[in-house]
Amino acid sequence: MSDIAIQVEHLGKQYKLGGRQAGNLTFRESMVETIKTPLRWIKGQRQAQQTTFWALDDVSFEVRQGEAVGIIGRNGAGKSTLLKILSRITKPTRGRVDIYGRVGSLLEVGTGFHPELSGRENIYLNGAILGMSRTEIIQKFDEIVDFAEVDKFLDTPVKFYSSGMYVRLAFAVAAHLDPEILVVDEVLAVGDAEFQRKCLGKMSAVAQQGRTVIFVSHNMGAIESLCQKCILLKNGSIAANGNIEDVVNAYLSSSKQEVTTPVSLRTDRHGTGRLFFEDIKIEDGKIRDRSLRVDLTIQNQCKQEFKNVILSIVLLDHLGRPLSNLVNYIIDKPIFVGADGAKIKITMNNINLVPGIYGVSPFLSSDTQNGEIFDWVSWAARFEIPDYDYYHKGHIPYIKGDTIYMDYDYEIF
Amino acid sequence: MQQTGSKVNGAPLNHLVIEPPKGWAPLELKELWRSRELLLFLTWRDVKVRYKQTALGAAWAILQPVLTMVIFSIIFGGLAKLPSNGIPYPIFTYTALLPWQLFAFALTNSSNSLVGSQNLISKVYFPRLIIPLSSVLAGVIDFLVAFAVLLVLMAYYSIGLTPAALLLPFFILLALVSAMAAGLWLSALNVQYRDIRYVVPFLTQFWMYATPIAYSSELIPLKWRWLYSLNPMTGVVEGFRWAILGKSSLDIYSLAISTVVVVAIFVGGLYYFKRMEAGFADII
Repeated sequence: MSDIAIQVEHLGKQYKLGGRQAGNLTFRESMVETIKTPLRWIKGQRQAQQTTFWALDDVSFEVRQGEAVGIIGRNGAGKSTLLKILSRITKPTRGRVDIYGRVGSLLEVGTGFHPELSGRENIYLNGAILGMSRTEIIQKFDEIVDFAEVDKFLDTPVKFYSSGMYVRLAFAVAAHLDPEILVVDEVLAVGDAEFQRKCLGKMSAVAQQGRTVIFVSHNMGAIESLCQKCILLKNGSIAANGNIEDVVNAYLSSSKQEVTTPVSLRTDRHGTGRLFFEDIKIEDGKIRDRSLRVDLTIQNQCKQEFKNVILSIVLLDHLGRPLSNLVNYIIDKPIFVGADGAKIKITMNNINLVPGIYGVSPFLSSDTQNGEIFDWVSWAARFEIPDYDYYHKGHIPYIKGDTIYMDYDYEIF
Repeated sequence: MQQTGSKVNGAPLNHLVIEPPKGWAPLELKELWRSRELLLFLTWRDVKVRYKQTALGAAWAILQPVLTMVIFSIIFGGLAKLPSNGIPYPIFTYTALLPWQLFAFALTNSSNSLVGSQNLISKVYFPRLIIPLSSVLAGVIDFLVAFAVLLVLMAYYSIGLTPAALLLPFFILLALVSAMAAGLWLSALNVQYRDIRYVVPFLTQFWMYATPIAYSSELIPLKWRWLYSLNPMTGVVEGFRWAILGKSSLDIYSLAISTVVVVAIFVGGLYYFKRMEAGFADII
């Protein structure tokens, strides 16, 4: 007797791109195509060329009952396609899925909401669409209204709701779905921080009740707090499958592969190149003293000299999001680039970033009217801040979900 | 609905297998039955929204057949003087307009029903058959309203019901099944070929004149009667007339042919729809 909730075997999904495909054709065009086909066959050509791509390719995994599994990966990795197949919205091209239990899917909030209908009517409609029976909806009606905090507006058409109310109501209905298996796709991306916390809380409660949860998100913090297991999808295949920490680390390290290329060999850069970055090195010897140095070498392709260029190092987090812009002129450090280039050392002090992977993108431009960009390389180098005792209290501070360390104090009366 | 903890007491969990589609798909009528509440909800939604949005609301359900009856009576009854089986022309044509309007409503609304619900289809699963079916069922309300007007007309013309009226439910059902049959084909075809919905208004016009609404099928020469009966609405309309008014030019052959055609189109439509269903979310 197995306690498997979901068994996926060699799942594949192929999409056809471009060319003439169903849905783009009009009836007239399709008639013409049909007539053309015998001609083409006689001429020896195959059917009109179509590119295909495999959104999912030989994916196999299993989920036991009661597990909360996160699915992560870059955009286009196949996460949504996988969820759509599990939710029976689309069929696979290959492979097989066995599901034991009822599946409730949240791929979007407010599916089926109609603006002309009132909040009350939409609760019934949306609930039915999601798969609840009428009796179930009646039973849970009050809970839903409480969760959404819209009881004064129940009989107003939803088109008059604020976007916040709309989303709260939509999620409230979906949150009271009681399936054995819950499949959720990034619905937490909508709404304000308060709402997101409420949603995450509700989902944790659901997971703790022993239901199986499949959760797709880009929010590593949410994934880590909700799930025990995680699957990493990359270009349609499983790149990692295991416990949360391992998989999330695999994701973070794989997403920064251009790191290994020395900046002089990088071809994917922007700018005229009249001045360019030949070398970039990060000296992290003093990292435990919260200090870091970036050594840059700039080369000059032209015969002329450049007074007052603008140099900036953009500091990025592990997901490539900009954290800080270290520009020379803000701190009154004019740069002059002669015929044989320049060497610049940039020191960062009192770093209060949490341990993790970071990158730098150097940027060079002229400060003349035209603002010519000389060179700009995205993620030219990376560095890692190791665990360290920021507060000097003899232990490593707990940093789950944090971005920076703050100097703070308490006064207790 | 299902409770949790079924793993503990060994009660079997719902086992679902998801596999690539293979040609003709099974109808899965049991699943459709289980989703009957959703069918009613969607129908209710369509009706409610329609009545909220139009200024005329329920009045439209009356105005349309009545105005058509008036125009037909003037032009075909009065000016062209088409024979109407000895029955006053207005009610002769109104009885036919009733099932016809249900059918025409279905043609128009169902053809775009799937494409119009693309946000539902791409985000939630439920048996897709519900969508065209609910768009057709929404027309039943209009039908009932227009039927009430028919009763008024019958009182006005002092026409009593005959025992033939007992068969009325059969003809109503036949009308409904014809409407659904058309709906299934058109909605599925429209997903693939988006110009279908532009063909529908023309198709509806043409079909109306091919059906004995403004005239009696007596006008059709006997040797062509069989061809004429291939139009499923012929049997429906003449049958309706016969059930309500007691006389029409209905003959059993005609009716039999029409019924067989309706059932064939309906069942064919179900299978065609289910076969295409797997691909809807991908191309919609």
